[in-house]
Amino acid sequence: MTRYIIRRLLQVIPVFLGTTLLVYYMVFALPGDPIAALFGDRQPPQSVIDALRNQYNLDQPFWVQYGLFLKNLFTFNLGVDFTQQPIAATLARIFPVTAMLAVEALIIQAVFGVLFGVFAGLRKGKLFDSTVLVASLVVIAVPTFVLGFVFQLVFGVQLGWARPTVGASANWGNLILPAVVLGLVSFAYVLRLTRTSVIENMNADYVRTATAKGLSRPRVVLAHILRNSMIPVVTYLGANLGGLMGGAIVTEGIFNVPGVGNKLYQAVQRGEGPTVVAIVSVLVLVFVVANLLVDLLYAWLDPRIRYE
Amino acid sequence: MTTATVKIEETAIQDRPILEIKDLAITFTTGAGEFKAVKNAHLSIMPGETVAIVGESGSGKSTTALAAIGLLPGNGRVTGGQILLDGEDIAHASERRMIELRGSHIGMVPQDPMSNLNPVWKIGYQVRETLKANGRPDGPDDVARVLAEAGLPDAHRRARQYPHEFSGGMRQRALIAIGLSCAPKLLIADEPTSALDVTVQRRILDHLEKMTTELGTSVLLITHDLGLAAERADKVVVMYQGNVVEAGPSLELLRNPQHPYTKRLVESAPSLASRRIQSAKEQGVEAADLLVPAAAGRARDEVLQVRNLRKVYKLRQGMGQSTDFAAVDDVSFSVKRGTTTAIVGESGSGKSTVAKMVLRLESPTEGQIIFDGVDTAGLKGKELFTFRRRVQPIFQDPYGSLDPMYNIYRTIEEPLRIHKIGDAASREKKVRELLDQVALPQGTMQRYPNELSGGQRQRVAIARALALDPEVIICDEAVSALDVLVQAQVLNLLTELQSELGLTYLFITHDLAVVRQIADHVCVMEKGKLVETGTTDDVFDAPQQDYTRALLNAIPGASLLLPPAVA
Repeated sequence: MTRYIIRRLLQVIPVFLGTTLLVYYMVFALPGDPIAALFGDRQPPQSVIDALRNQYNLDQPFWVQYGLFLKNLFTFNLGVDFTQQPIAATLARIFPVTAMLAVEALIIQAVFGVLFGVFAGLRKGKLFDSTVLVASLVVIAVPTFVLGFVFQLVFGVQLGWARPTVGASANWGNLILPAVVLGLVSFAYVLRLTRTSVIENMNADYVRTATAKGLSRPRVVLAHILRNSMIPVVTYLGANLGGLMGGAIVTEGIFNVPGVGNKLYQAVQRGEGPTVVAIVSVLVLVFVVANLLVDLLYAWLDPRIRYE
Repeated sequence: MTTATVKIEETAIQDRPILEIKDLAITFTTGAGEFKAVKNAHLSIMPGETVAIVGESGSGKSTTALAAIGLLPGNGRVTGGQILLDGEDIAHASERRMIELRGSHIGMVPQDPMSNLNPVWKIGYQVRETLKANGRPDGPDDVARVLAEAGLPDAHRRARQYPHEFSGGMRQRALIAIGLSCAPKLLIADEPTSALDVTVQRRILDHLEKMTTELGTSVLLITHDLGLAAERADKVVVMYQGNVVEAGPSLELLRNPQHPYTKRLVESAPSLASRRIQSAKEQGVEAADLLVPAAAGRARDEVLQVRNLRKVYKLRQGMGQSTDFAAVDDVSFSVKRGTTTAIVGESGSGKSTVAKMVLRLESPTEGQIIFDGVDTAGLKGKELFTFRRRVQPIFQDPYGSLDPMYNIYRTIEEPLRIHKIGDAASREKKVRELLDQVALPQGTMQRYPNELSGGQRQRVAIARALALDPEVIICDEAVSALDVLVQAQVLNLLTELQSELGLTYLFITHDLAVVRQIADHVCVMEKGKLVETGTTDDVFDAPQQDYTRALLNAIPGASLLLPPAVA
């Protein structure tokens, strides 16, 4: 098991190098001069431009730029962005916010998705099941920006149940509205996945055998249907956590959440290679660790799966 | 004195059957309307008695048994009659009452040990929750005792293992342990051993019999195997299309069947006493021997030669180490054109690995497979393509080996298309011919596998195998999944096709009764090695090896002489 975890963590190295190289190159290849863009309509003196280009290594060929980036990374010196803010400080500011948002959204979709999915599955074909199925289809069909604005208007402005925008004061309570919007879409998928999985397991031979043993219905459901049904759901949730951490550009934009999605969008627009790559590097780590956790959880849920 | 009192008590108890089913009718409601799965079932089981329900799939035997434990699927319900458990009608009992009865009064041993244990819980846990639910002591020692009684050695350790760490036989022992753990008065055993090897089957049935006798448990045994029913049950009840058509003491019923269906069942039951199905052996082979000059012809006659075949797998043991495991070890045999050779053995004996290597789906570690004078190991590209055309497989599971998305026409036509034989019109003609050959109506072409019965599907699989006019057909457990009557039909079909088309069969099976019916030569395999070969008659009449004798003895009903089969 330990060997397996070590091997998985070692896989981070090639994945990390590959993704940063790719992202760095894509930012490098973006059209337009980032320095010229910084000054807008004004034309700065050539000496200032040269000094800035030199500071950000923009006068170097691509490979040298990438090499310098890696060197700085391994010496834990992420440098500063175009507004002279240390990138490390930016990361330390945005990631906790997005992490909070992601975890809140994940909890919402997991708890409600599994709960509704299990009840729909157990009552297959009944009124509750059909209602939930149609409702989840509606949720899937409505785009996030529509859902986001509607929720903002109804719950944030008209009913005043939650803050319509988050701004600088991001905490668990203030993030509830964007978290619900973010969680809703995947909630519908989790619900459907759980429902299908429960229906499949209900017809399994071992469930019939469990009933034949004289177990009560709640015990059969809890011990024999639920645990087995969770296996695919956990896989989906884990993969989803990585996606949520990547920042929800639309949702964070609507609710003005100072998180990863917002910052990444800004940095891409400005052509700030080092900032983009720094954010992506952290995301790669998050993805790899999230996937590893899913795999470990998977092995715990299903003893047939053993890693060496 | 004491014996006398016991006697009196016994007769008092035996006055009333433990289970009595009267005029039972069960209806399933499906999208296509109502379907009466059981129309009129009646039977009674006395305390301590074993009663077998025999019938083909779809006869309603399992449905009747499931109704007795209140486990009918959601769309099924009892529409008539009574199920009296110890005098109490449970046909419409509440779910709460059924939960009380299940486990403690009625136990169940299900059919497939692979799918009936929950893969995510330890065996001990699954035993313990049964004890707990029925208010029995459920400590680790109690769990181990229950498992040990079912014949699992080292029960404390076994209880801490997961189902996937158990073999099929051990899982079935665990299921028997669970079924009998609360000493129920009635045990429903639904095909308890049909998924197991014959020798394992025998040991498990012996043990089950011993346990139920000790506990005084009555057994309702569901089986499609007449020999097994006759050997294990006091009474046999024959079901056919939802009705009980005949019932009576086992031997009497089998020796003197009254109902036409029972008669057919008795006749087609493969047993040791049956003989090779006619035609090929008597006519084909001897004719071929006459035509070909003996000395020169022999070598050419052998379409398939397997020489010193070995297949070694590496078993991983963790920590980067591995050990060699010889699945097939120094196996040599040859198959004459137009004959049938059977390879028999238990699961794990390596017989299927041999089949895969002959089909070149696996490559041997050592040794040669000579097909028509050419070593198949050297075949590449075009030659291999031609070889594939000449050697075709038929697999065990007709449910799994047909693509559910392909209709029957496309299934049978596909090999012709891949091998670019003929144009669309001639291919369609060929498919029609093939359907005729396997006795399927032309209308089958547009249907899909899920609309066909198991026997029909296996006919489609045979038609598909025949499409390319192969010379050798490898049948890997080709009839094992079929009911006896259907099995007999398919075996007859294979025999007819052999004499018509001069086919050579290599038959991989664990079922010795089938071997007797179809094979000319037998190779017995045990743990990767060939332990005995010979003509079918020699091997069956005078087995040389203990292992072969054990296999022969394990055939259910082997000790019973059934007049129709002998005659």
